[in-house]
Amino acid sequence: MLTLKGMITELDGELLTPGMNLEAECAKFFASDLMSDVLAFIKPGSILLTGLVNSHVVRTARLVEVTAIVIVQGKRPDRKVIDEARENRVPIITTGCSMFEACSRVAGSSPKGKR
Amino acid sequence: MFHVRGVLQGRRVLSERKTITKNSVFRQEFPIKGGDFSRAGEVSWAIKNLLKELGLSTPVALHAAIATYEAELNIIMYAWEGRLVLSVSPGRVQVVVEDSGPGIEDIELAMTEGYSTATLEMRELGFGAGMGLANIKKNTDIFLITSEVGRGTRLEFTFLTNGQRP
Repeated sequence: MLTLKGMITELDGELLTPGMNLEAECAKFFASDLMSDVLAFIKPGSILLTGLVNSHVVRTARLVEVTAIVIVQGKRPDRKVIDEARENRVPIITTGCSMFEACSRVAGSSPKGKR
Repeated sequence: MFHVRGVLQGRRVLSERKTITKNSVFRQEFPIKGGDFSRAGEVSWAIKNLLKELGLSTPVALHAAIATYEAELNIIMYAWEGRLVLSVSPGRVQVVVEDSGPGIEDIELAMTEGYSTATLEMRELGFGAGMGLANIKKNTDIFLITSEVGRGTRLEFTFLTNGQRP
């Protein structure tokens, strides 16, 4: 079972919201920059991989009960967005991987993960 | 953030907490300002928490949250102002969304997945992909839409809670 902690290692990622439960299971994944698609198709409990860094990502994520947000391409949301994520207990992880690379690594470490 | 200012209309209120008894209705109105992206998501988040507090199941609260988020965004993106009225009664959750705005000329086209008149700004925020109305319909049990060009749009959608007492 891939945990949040394991996924951070796989992605050479950095957790931007300390104090979160890193033992949470990562079994479902959804990659998109379109929050419209996230709202329409994501399953609760998924890991959301995205290149967007605005506050709407956090608001969409909390609404659809995302387990964690992974931000690709080494982008970092500003402090306000990170604070909003912390308040809502939504972990944010940033990785230098491209979207393709991040999806590829996650798929490799969670072959039975649902997409 | 929206504070709970709902109105309980019914035989009796069991406690200070928001509780609905048989034949009672919980009703709350939320104003939404067009163009105000900074507050996008507040209404639907309040509704999700409210429904959970009222004892509705997580799937119902989730479907309602998604549908009301889409409706809230539509007002923010396309209308000048609007309001959303939530009514919860035993067996159903009903939402009426009315806006003053440009209205929709071709509702059938607007309901088509992928069809959008969103601006670049909306798309840069991750919205306006043309999924909104279709997604509201997908998440609800009963969906009605009427619109008048130059005046506004009215949505009415209902979640049946299978006799479950909220």
